[in-house]
Amino acid sequence: MKIGLFVPCYVDALYPEVGVSTWRLLRSLGLDVDYPERQTCCGQPMGNAGFERLARPLARRFDQLFAPYDYVVAPSASCAAYVRCFHPDLLRGEACEAAGKTLDLVEFLHDVLHVTSLPVRFPHKVSVHNSCHGVRELGLSSPSERNVPRYNKIIDLLRLVKGIEVCEPERPDECCGFGGMFAVEEQAVSARMGLDKVRRHIATGAEYVTGPDSSCLMHMQGVAQKQGLDIKFIHVAEILTSGL
Amino acid sequence: MSTRHSRAAEAYLKDDAVASRHDQTFFAVRQKRDRMAAALPEWEDLREAASQIKKHTATHLADYLERFERNATRNGVSVHWAEDADEYNRIVADILAAHNVRKVVKSKSMLTEECHLNENLERQGITVVETDLGERILQMMKLAPSHIVMPALHVHREDIGACFRRLIPDFDEIARSYDRPHDDPNDPTFLTYVARMHLRQQFAEADAGMTGANFGIAETGDIVVCTNEGNADMSTSLPRLHIVSMGIEKLIPDYASMGVFQRFVARSGTGQETTVYTSHFRGPRPGGEMHIVLVDNGRSDILGDPEHWQTLKCMRCGACMNTCPVYRRSAGYSYTYFIPGPIGINLGMLRDCHLYHDNLSACSLCCSCDNVCPVKVDLSSQIYRWRQQLDDLGHASRMKRLMSKGMAALFNRPKLYTATLRFAPLINVLPSALVSNRLNPWTYGHTMLKFPRKSFHEQWKQLKNEEKK
Repeated sequence: MKIGLFVPCYVDALYPEVGVSTWRLLRSLGLDVDYPERQTCCGQPMGNAGFERLARPLARRFDQLFAPYDYVVAPSASCAAYVRCFHPDLLRGEACEAAGKTLDLVEFLHDVLHVTSLPVRFPHKVSVHNSCHGVRELGLSSPSERNVPRYNKIIDLLRLVKGIEVCEPERPDECCGFGGMFAVEEQAVSARMGLDKVRRHIATGAEYVTGPDSSCLMHMQGVAQKQGLDIKFIHVAEILTSGL
Repeated sequence: MSTRHSRAAEAYLKDDAVASRHDQTFFAVRQKRDRMAAALPEWEDLREAASQIKKHTATHLADYLERFERNATRNGVSVHWAEDADEYNRIVADILAAHNVRKVVKSKSMLTEECHLNENLERQGITVVETDLGERILQMMKLAPSHIVMPALHVHREDIGACFRRLIPDFDEIARSYDRPHDDPNDPTFLTYVARMHLRQQFAEADAGMTGANFGIAETGDIVVCTNEGNADMSTSLPRLHIVSMGIEKLIPDYASMGVFQRFVARSGTGQETTVYTSHFRGPRPGGEMHIVLVDNGRSDILGDPEHWQTLKCMRCGACMNTCPVYRRSAGYSYTYFIPGPIGINLGMLRDCHLYHDNLSACSLCCSCDNVCPVKVDLSSQIYRWRQQLDDLGHASRMKRLMSKGMAALFNRPKLYTATLRFAPLINVLPSALVSNRLNPWTYGHTMLKFPRKSFHEQWKQLKNEEKK
């Protein structure tokens, strides 16, 4: 099985440690992982802002780069969701092979590898951040709106970590207010949503907020720091490789 | 980079207590709805069935409308067709004029808001009295609804009490007849009593009653009106003239379909098992007249729009507003269209995309609305699609276009992208006054981002080399 590692642009630039953890984790599981160096961005920021036409060449580039792999794995739920749910539409009438085999790291570990044990330890209380596109586009957990059996793939994986205490905030899958350019166009609402979310995470008594999407974490961290609120943020991939 | 919505929302959020209460109130309704949904094992099947019924009806609308008209006419109802708001207003005014009507009582109808009926009638000297308690309060306070199902939930009872004292002429007399002890002059039960007594007089004095229609049933020609206060029944049992205003999308085929909707409309919207009153009207009361005005007002154009026809499935239950994190934190008046929230963003664009495009910013694309909607309207996808059209419509934000073009230029050139990543950490050493200023919208709510010394791109070769060793 050959894995193409997709490290989305903002993770590349701002959270390289998340990419490194993902790479180490996949390698520790004995997988053949490659990182196509000409990769950049999936196009989501432009698409959500209303400039899909600018995202189309990026979708095309993405497909050319990643089509040869058996799976494309990304440590960022909303980027994986954009590729899987939006690229087929963007590339209608063109080759689009990579989208269908692009997965977020959590679902890859949970659904494809069926990981049931990990030799890692993280003796801390963490509050899980269920990112919207992870929940409602990828199905990483059951959306709170739906009457479906309850599950949470992120929590399933975190439970494999020794010493960890896992909890969820009240309103467990309400949006944190990032939303790409939403955060700057609707800055007041976005900041308020972020603050409300951070406070709910803090109310769990957790030391860390963790999630599958660094963009939500980046937003909440910025809000928390601005407000002087004390809680740490860490990507799921970093916990799953803790001490590896 | 801002819109009329974002600016209004920023102003609204300045009052922390009001904003928190608004968010909590509507999230509590969402939670009540969740409990109702959890109690029905067939919930998701109901959503699918309801969506299919609406789709079926929409795609056979002409047939069902004719059947509805035939059956209603057979029941002794006069059926009228209005192509747009003007024709609708004219039809209603003509019916009222033919009966020398001076005062109309009406139950809640979003369609009459859409067509500005009240203003039109009042210009002709006809008194229009809203009889839904929330709508009546707003009417007296000269305010617009802030939510389609709970239109006055944002108004405080102190203000309601003051308004009643000022505007209800026999307030003191009504107050004296209230015999339950209460210390608070704005005791909610007391104020409701005052409203009830005041409205009773209006019902008795009115020459005509108007209702909306939650459903029209083609098989029988019936219309179904759901209220919690019985005001539709009061509006139609005293006056002899009943006029129903119904958008053509309210039609459903038969009572078997009605069973599906009845089971979960109220559960979705307000978290009640059912509305307190579900009133079925089949024909005029003895000695009276019943008219149904079927209103198009742009609906058949929407039906022909492959990207947005699904908005016609909407039953106006308000569930998408209650769950919308942006609506809850910005409230109804921040939106420029009279229907706020996810469905309002879309309906506004369909009404006039040059007038109401400011609301498109009011969405983080969290997709919660898609998952609560009882008829599965693809609300967030439609908002996403509208955003794609903004540039062609001439309403794209210049800043967003600039940012998108800049990003695309960078991301389409991998070498330039990698080089830029190498220099990004330089931003960390710039004086914070340069990066955290008015021109950087990120720093409004966030601290400035810190770039690591080495991007993943730069660390990658090192990782590979480490492994080789």
